[in-house]
Amino acid sequence: MKNNLEHSEAAAIFNKDVKRVDWHDETLWFVREKRDKAAHQIPEWELLREMASEIKNNVLSNIHDYLLEFESNAQKNGIVVHWAADAEEHNKIVHSIMEKHGVKQMVKSKSMLTEECHLNEYLSEKGIDVIDSDLGERIVQLRKEPPSHIVLPAIHLKKEDVSETFHEHLGTEKGNNDPQYLTEAARLHLRDTFLTRKVALTGVNFAIAETGEIVVCTNEGNADMGAHLADVHIACMGFEKIIPQRKHLSVFLRLLARSATGQPITTFSSHFKKPRDGKEMHIVIVDNGRTTQLGREDFRNSLKCIRCGACMNTCPVYRRSGGHSYHNAVAGPIGSILAPNLDMNKNADLPFASTLCGSCTNVCPVKIDIHDQLYKWRQVLVKEGHAPLGKTIAMNGMATVLANPMVFDLAGKVGRFVMKNIPVLVNNSLNPWYKQREMPAPPNESFREWYKKNGTEFNNKNNE
Amino acid sequence: MRIGLFIPCYVDQFYPKVAIATYELLQKLGCDVRFPMKQTCCGQPMANSGYAHLTKGCDANFMANFAEFDYIVCPSGSCVLHVKEHLHDENNEELASKMRKRVFELTEFITDVLKVETIVGNFPYKVGMHQSCHGQRGLKLSQMSELNAPFFSKPEQLLSKIKGINLVSLSRKDECCGFGGTFCVTEEAISVKMGQDRIKDHEAHQVDYITGGDMSCLMHLEGILKRQKSPIQIIHIAEILNATV
Ligand code: SF4
Repeated sequence: MKNNLEHSEAAAIFNKDVKRVDWHDETLWFVREKRDKAAHQIPEWELLREMASEIKNNVLSNIHDYLLEFESNAQKNGIVVHWAADAEEHNKIVHSIMEKHGVKQMVKSKSMLTEECHLNEYLSEKGIDVIDSDLGERIVQLRKEPPSHIVLPAIHLKKEDVSETFHEHLGTEKGNNDPQYLTEAARLHLRDTFLTRKVALTGVNFAIAETGEIVVCTNEGNADMGAHLADVHIACMGFEKIIPQRKHLSVFLRLLARSATGQPITTFSSHFKKPRDGKEMHIVIVDNGRTTQLGREDFRNSLKCIRCGACMNTCPVYRRSGGHSYHNAVAGPIGSILAPNLDMNKNADLPFASTLCGSCTNVCPVKIDIHDQLYKWRQVLVKEGHAPLGKTIAMNGMATVLANPMVFDLAGKVGRFVMKNIPVLVNNSLNPWYKQREMPAPPNESFREWYKKNGTEFNNKNNE
Repeated sequence: MRIGLFIPCYVDQFYPKVAIATYELLQKLGCDVRFPMKQTCCGQPMANSGYAHLTKGCDANFMANFAEFDYIVCPSGSCVLHVKEHLHDENNEELASKMRKRVFELTEFITDVLKVETIVGNFPYKVGMHQSCHGQRGLKLSQMSELNAPFFSKPEQLLSKIKGINLVSLSRKDECCGFGGTFCVTEEAISVKMGQDRIKDHEAHQVDYITGGDMSCLMHLEGILKRQKSPIQIIHIAEILNATV
C-alpha cells in the first residue's frame, strides 16, 4: 500500500514556503552553472560523454563476465566478496560481519545503496549504532530524515536549520549560524567517531574488473578516515558499478566531479585494493532489482548512472519540489526511472513528475536517455493498471473526441460558448488551471471557421 | 510544393490569430498552403499522459488529412515533435514514416526548407524569447545550454532582422516554463511556480512581449501574467514575423 504523499501533493506543500523554494532553486541552479563552466572548459566534453556511455554499454552487455572477473581478482587481493540478491540479504550480510566481530558501532561514509536498502534502520533495530560521517548525511541523520539529494544530502536545509539541529544534538550555541563554527563542531564530533569505530562502511564509485580494486570519491576524506582507522572495511555496491579496466577510470573521474559540483576532480579519489595487514576488507555486491531493470530493454540504460546528481540540479521540477517529494532513495529524474523498477505501485506517480523538458538527458555524463525513459514508463504504468480511474476515463473521452473531426468541431464550439457565456463552469475552484492562472479568452470563431470564409479553397479527398 | 497547414487543436479553438498569422506568413513567402478541414489533434496529450495506445484514432485522422502534402508545417514545436516521433499506421507504415519526415515546425521550415535568411518586418519592442523545450531540445531548433557546442537559434535568426526589435538575453536562456501538457494540471503547484519564475526572468529584463514558437507554453505564461495583472504581453513568433512582411 502507498504510505507516502504523491509527488504533486508533497511538492505543493514544499511550495508553500516561497522563500525556501526560491533559495533551493537558486542554490541548485548555481551548481548547474558551475557544472556548465567546468564542462565548457573541456573542448572534448561531448566526446568524453560519448566514451563514458560506450564503456557503460560494453559493461551492461558483458556484466556477467566482468563481475566474475572482478570477484576473482578481488579475492586474489585478499578481499572477501559477498553477493546479495536484494536489500534484505545485503543488510543481513553487513550485520553478520558486525556480529562476527562482536561490534556494536559503525562509521559509515556516503552510500546511496545503503539508503536504497534502508541499512541504517535495519542495523539500529539490531542495536547497532551507525554514524554517518559525510557532513550532509550526518545532518539529515540527526534530523531522522533521508537525504534529499544524492550528492548534496542536506541541500534542502538552510544554515539556520543546521544550527538548530546541532544545538539540539551536539550542544552548539543556540542561534549561532556561522557555517565555520558549525562545521568545526561537526568535525570534533566525528573525529571521536573515527577513532573509536572498529567497522567502517563505504560506498563504491567504481569497481575495476581488471584489478579487483574499488575507487571511492569524496570531498571530505571521510571515507578514507573511516576505512583507514577501522579493523574491518565493508564496501557496498550495486553490480552496475563495474568498469572493465583501470584506464577507463580517467574518463569517469573527469566527468563525475565536473557534472556533480563543477570541480575538476573530487578532492579524494581513493583506491582500495586489499586489506591492510591483519585487517579485513569485504565487498558486498548487490542486485536488488538491477537484473530486472537490465532485462527491461527500454530502461536498461538507467544502469549506466554514476550518481553525479547533475540531472537533479538541472531539473526545474526537482529544484522546486525538493528531494523528499520523490519518496525514493534516489530522487529527481534518474530516481523517477529507477523507482518504478523497484515498486510500480508505490512509485507510479514519479515518471509523471516531469515536463519532459529533456535537460536531464543533456547534462547526463553517461548519456542516459532520461526523459525518453520517463515517457516510456508512463506508457508501461498505464498499461499495467497504475493510472487513476478518473484519468483513464478522461483520456478515453478525449481520444474519442479528437479522433472524430465533427465531434471535435462541436465540442470546441460548445466549449468556447460555455467559457464566454457561463464562465463560472470553467473558472471555478475545481479547475486546477484556474487556481493561479486565467483561462484563455475564447475568440468569436475558431481558425477553421475563419478559414472556411477566407482560406484558399481546395479539395482534399478527406475534406469533400 | 504543396504545404499542409497543421494547426494544433487548442490553437484552432483559442488562438485563431496565431493560425492566421502562420497561414498568411507562409503565403507571403510564396507557399501553396492549405488547411485540411478535418484535422483535429496530433494525439500528444494522450501519449504524454501514458495513453499512447489511445492515439490510433488521432494518427489515422492525421494521416488521412495530410498524406497528400509535400510538407506539413505547424506553428508548434511540441506537436511537430510528437508527430515526428510517434506517428504510426499499422497498415501503411511506409507512408507514416514518410510523413514523419515531412513534418516541420514553422521557423525550421522557413530557415531550412525555404532557406529564407531574413524576414523584413517591423516590431519596435523589447522582446524576450521563451525557448520551448520540445522545439529546442527535441527538434534542435536552437542550441541547448547544457551542451558544449556552438550557439545557433533558428527562431532568433529570423527575429534578429526584424526592424526595431530588441531581443533581450535572459538569465536562464532555456529553462522550462512548466507547462508540460497535463503536467500543468496534475502538478499545478510546481507548474505555476515554474511559470512565475520564467516570467520573473523576463520581467527583470523589462520586456514588453514574451514570444516563442509554442503557443501552449505561451498560453500558460499568459494565464499567469493576466492573473498577476502584468502589462507584459504574449505574442507567438508567427505574429511578429507576419507583422509587415
Ligand atoms: S542519471 Fe546521469 S546525470 Fe543523473 S545522476 Fe546518473 S549519471 Fe548523473
